[in-house]
Amino acid sequence: MSQKTDVTARQSTQAQETGERGYVLRPPVNVFEDAEGITLEADMPGVSKDRLQLKVDGESLLIEGDIHFDMPEGMEALHADVRATRYSRNFALSRELDTEGIDASLKDGVLKLRIPKRAEVRPRKIEVRVA
Amino acid sequence: MFGSLTNFEGSLFDDLRRMQQEMEEMFAPRAWPAGIRSVARGTYPPINVGATSDGVDVYLFAAGLDPKALDISIQQNLLTVAGERNLEVPDDVEHYRRERFSGAFRRVISLPEDVDPEKVDAHYVDGVLHIAIQRREASRPRQIEVK
Repeated sequence: MSQKTDVTARQSTQAQETGERGYVLRPPVNVFEDAEGITLEADMPGVSKDRLQLKVDGESLLIEGDIHFDMPEGMEALHADVRATRYSRNFALSRELDTEGIDASLKDGVLKLRIPKRAEVRPRKIEVRVA
Repeated sequence: MFGSLTNFEGSLFDDLRRMQQEMEEMFAPRAWPAGIRSVARGTYPPINVGATSDGVDVYLFAAGLDPKALDISIQQNLLTVAGERNLEVPDDVEHYRRERFSGAFRRVISLPEDVDPEKVDAHYVDGVLHIAIQRREASRPRQIEVK
């Protein structure tokens, strides 16, 4: 009995490993910049807040998320446009961006990142004083 | 001058990915037959359809929609989902990437013949629209008790 349990446990880990080595989805993004910073919007449907990972390492920004939703047991796939359960995308940031000040929000599967520029590189308005 | 470098990710890797996908589809051990109403890969929004003995589950991966503005209809075994996603894009900014879909969409999904159009349930959670359609009672597997 215990032997049988061992076998099933091993099989499930193998399945997980192949799953992780398989495809990852590249979420489509919009990126735009204004004077104060850069805004990044990514479509990551199926990812809840607790399954979203944002990592900033030096000047690299990694966005990852796992798709999870309730599926009935014993479901057989009839059609699948989405064949992976993990989103992953990497961006190289530049030095003038303030990585400490990144603000992130996730609503209805849309991730919004606001990456401000460092205060010293923001364009300053120089007032001309009339003497 | 650096055009070829900045386009690198967008062109070369996408081509490789597409090639890999095509190869995979060509040599897939059990390839799905293309439905007469099927559309090319990459059509918005991506859809997964799964079936159980009780019903059919359709998942539309459509982030950032207003679920009230969706038009979901079912006629016999044809499910139609139409909607619009208009992204608010500020004008006075510098745009770098615009990959997210914006505009109107409409997808028609043919379901198995035995679905019951009266028993449809739709939920929108985390940007995934889940439409559950039950099968007709008569076509569900029944447990037969031995007396």
